[in-house]
Amino acid sequence: MNDLINVSNISISFTQYVKGLNQRELKVITDLTLDIKEGEIVAVLGSSGSGKSLLAHAILGILPHNANLSGTMMYKGEVLNSELKEKLRGDEIALIPQSVNFLDPLMKVSDQVIGECKDEAEEKEKRAKQRAIFEKYGLSEEVDDMYPFQLSGGMARRVLVSTALLSNPKLVIADEPTPGLDEKSVEETLNHLRQMAEDNVGVLLITHDIDAALKVANRIAIFYSGYVIEVANVDDFSGEGENLLHPYTKSLYNALPENGFNLTLGHQPLHGEIPSGCPYYDRCDHRLENCDKIRPNLISIDENKKVRCFKYER
Amino acid sequence: MIDKKKIAKFLGYKIVRFAILLVVVILLSFILIDMSPINPVNAYISNMVVGPEKIAKLEAYWGVNQPITVKLMNWLGNILTGDFGTSLIYRTPVLQVISEKFTASLILMLSSWVISGVLGFILGVLAGFKRDTWVDKAVKVYCYILQSAPTFWIALLVVMIFSIWLGWFPVSGGVPIGALSNTVSFWDWLRHLILPAFTLSILGVASIALYTRDKLIEVMSTDYFLFAQARGESGWTLIKRHGIRNILLPAITLQFLSFSELFGGTVLVEQVFMYPGIGQAAVSAGLRSDVPLLLGIVIFSAIFVYVGNLIADVLYNFVDPRIREGEESG
Repeated sequence: MNDLINVSNISISFTQYVKGLNQRELKVITDLTLDIKEGEIVAVLGSSGSGKSLLAHAILGILPHNANLSGTMMYKGEVLNSELKEKLRGDEIALIPQSVNFLDPLMKVSDQVIGECKDEAEEKEKRAKQRAIFEKYGLSEEVDDMYPFQLSGGMARRVLVSTALLSNPKLVIADEPTPGLDEKSVEETLNHLRQMAEDNVGVLLITHDIDAALKVANRIAIFYSGYVIEVANVDDFSGEGENLLHPYTKSLYNALPENGFNLTLGHQPLHGEIPSGCPYYDRCDHRLENCDKIRPNLISIDENKKVRCFKYER
Repeated sequence: MIDKKKIAKFLGYKIVRFAILLVVVILLSFILIDMSPINPVNAYISNMVVGPEKIAKLEAYWGVNQPITVKLMNWLGNILTGDFGTSLIYRTPVLQVISEKFTASLILMLSSWVISGVLGFILGVLAGFKRDTWVDKAVKVYCYILQSAPTFWIALLVVMIFSIWLGWFPVSGGVPIGALSNTVSFWDWLRHLILPAFTLSILGVASIALYTRDKLIEVMSTDYFLFAQARGESGWTLIKRHGIRNILLPAITLQFLSFSELFGGTVLVEQVFMYPGIGQAAVSAGLRSDVPLLLGIVIFSAIFVYVGNLIADVLYNFVDPRIREGEESG
């Protein structure tokens, strides 16, 4: 399988004013490294509000103006700079957003899905395609003329998924596609993602829903306080979790109801109060000598697995 | 389709509100005028020399010494039959004065209302789209200056520049001085209209431009705008498809709500340009104690402003698909 996208050492920060004119840099994502292959589903798993969505916006090049982005991204071996992002977004790279709020409230659904058209021929072609995709997702012709507020939760979800498919994307970024949905709709959404992967599309699933990630993803990147602390194969989340590497991932796995419900005390440090050492230091029960002083790097264990912990450094 | 019952309810409610508003406006202005030292007899005789027995007769004719309740009842009774009385300074029925002056002002107000609305909207969209660039800053400076400058001062500046220095337009009046009404050409009339309309337009631009700018910036930071970008839309098409669509209705609503400011501005601008419209008539009626005309103008301006607000409400409640179709399905 070929690499679709390689994200290495991405950091996203915001300049924030504190007390008068003093500025500080608020790092939301630090040193994020991730790769997605064709036909693979990679989940980025982190708590809500931790800035995961910004990763999606960074790949698409739609970060807010006051955000600073560093690090490199490669798309099919090409450097993914802002010109390339602009060319690819809505075409080879598509976003499935979180909620119906991402649809223009005053525009009919079908008009939004087809996007802007240069001429009538293009519009006709796109409309036909949109109809076919809607049909596939069980959206009747009435839905075409509806406004977003008239859609039910499940319909809105299917419309949002349809927007991604119109351009035959190679990479789909699904940003929190499951919260607020009933079990059946979650299953349906995950099936859509699976179908895409079967069609050789790479999927980046950004979520805080560990069940959804375990059900559908090939690999899972664990996001902790803006850091990726581990990238694990989905098979590693099995048995006693003995194949999981990072202490946080292990405790996360053991906190699941079916694995003992064991709670680790403490909470993730918020942005701006992350210690200089390992972000997990104060909750970790395998502390080493330097853990509170030096921040560990993300090291590759094999082709697919990565971890950010001194225990595994050789 | 639009729900008929809902419209009936809406209009019924509006009519009741309107009736209450009119009663309050009439009562207040009547009481205020009665408390003021205005005397219709003095206004009527103005500079004529009149004997005391004549004055007593006139006072009896106008009911000067009657209690306020009797005066009010008489006046209201007449109004209900469509008689607003006779203007003391124009010596013609009040309704005729008002309809004449209102027509003259309406053209002035309408043209400046349209121009300021369109121009303000365009400037606001430009400023919002090119946020923090020199375009945005220029529009903002222009708007802040106009928002904070008094209307009559701007009007005087306009007269100084365009009439006195450049000599392009007449200084004042509605038609050339000394011209007979049947010799006044359309061009003469237009030349006198341009400066007052221009002044009112550039004044009206400020609020609508600032509002549109803020609204567009707000829309540009919404999730749906972000998603449109993520789908590859960009530049002017993006603004047109998702920006303007979402700010046009609130902007038009605001423009209808500005009828009261438009009326106030017209009064001042007509005064500076001596344009013979409703604003000037209102000022003369006040200064020269023409009570029937003053009360008539108060009522009609209240109606005018109310209609503006009503149109804004209708637009808001029946044009926006979210409110229109939402009500229908739920």
